[in-house]
Amino acid sequence: MADEALFLLLHNEMVAGLYRAAEQGEGENGRCTTKLESMGFRVGQGLIERFTKDTARFKDELDIMKFICKDFWTTVFKKQIDNLRTNHQGIYVLQDNKFRLLTQMSAGKQYLEHAPKYLAFTCGLIRGGLSNLGIKSIVTAEVSSMPACKYFSGYLVISSF
Amino acid sequence: MSRTPGRKQDSHKISRELFVLTYGALVAQLCKDYEKDEDVNSCLDKMGYGIGIRLIDDFLAHSDVKRCRSYSETADMIAQVAFKMYLGVTPTVSCSSAAGNEFSLILDKNPLVDFVEELPAERASLCYCNLLCGVIRGALEMVHLAAEVTFLQDRLKGDAVTEIGITFLRKAEDKKAKKK
Repeated sequence: MADEALFLLLHNEMVAGLYRAAEQGEGENGRCTTKLESMGFRVGQGLIERFTKDTARFKDELDIMKFICKDFWTTVFKKQIDNLRTNHQGIYVLQDNKFRLLTQMSAGKQYLEHAPKYLAFTCGLIRGGLSNLGIKSIVTAEVSSMPACKYFSGYLVISSF
Repeated sequence: MSRTPGRKQDSHKISRELFVLTYGALVAQLCKDYEKDEDVNSCLDKMGYGIGIRLIDDFLAHSDVKRCRSYSETADMIAQVAFKMYLGVTPTVSCSSAAGNEFSLILDKNPLVDFVEELPAERASLCYCNLLCGVIRGALEMVHLAAEVTFLQDRLKGDAVTEIGITFLRKAEDKKAKKK
């Protein structure tokens, strides 16, 4: 309960601080999202290691994605992912109808253009978690109406025969 | 997946680890962006200030504390209630001035540095936990108590303990008078 506020505030300050520095500095706006995503990646890697210390081995990729949607999301954001869809060919769509990092911001279309900044860290978090579970992926996010958002996770399939 | 009995404790622990890991990633990123330690320190302090001015609302909402009547009560409140609530540790408070407005909080266990072994050699004067100073300063300012908060000792720099010094400056008495 109390921890949630701390992480939420830290995350908001991080986003604000990075963008403020970018405005005053060299004006590398695109880099801010990359920086946030790479921070999330590092955190995701570390977190998933500590989280899955005692869990059983995952059967397949779908099992891993279900783990991310249920246990991982519940621990980090105190709720489960509302909808998981897949095309069974490596693309997964995770939908959260009340994303914790956006609920305090607005409930509709206001400030929609600022929403992506607040999703970059979480994209990295998912990518980092998957990476340490052995899955290379690209994670992107989309917001059509706050506070619902969708995460798209796709695999880079590296196959060798 | 079957739920083991200690799951709630685990999730609480993981939540805290999320915060600690995120903080570590933030400091690492700031070290990449800024060359000078003072810049990183002041950036952390500013961010902490921004967090503190909002965290105080959360703190007052979640804890049923009465109004503090003296500086020492305030310092005790910070150490025994706030630190316990957010970081799970209780620093010891000691008053270090005859005037009664300088206090120090001694932390023998600092959760923020759980995953930090040592500071890199080229970052010798980095105050890793400077965010905490900003948070305390911001939170106190929102309850009309101006204070200066700094790190007096830091375990990461080789001292025995981590010590945060809070110096309460003059109370904003004119503000209070205007309110009445």
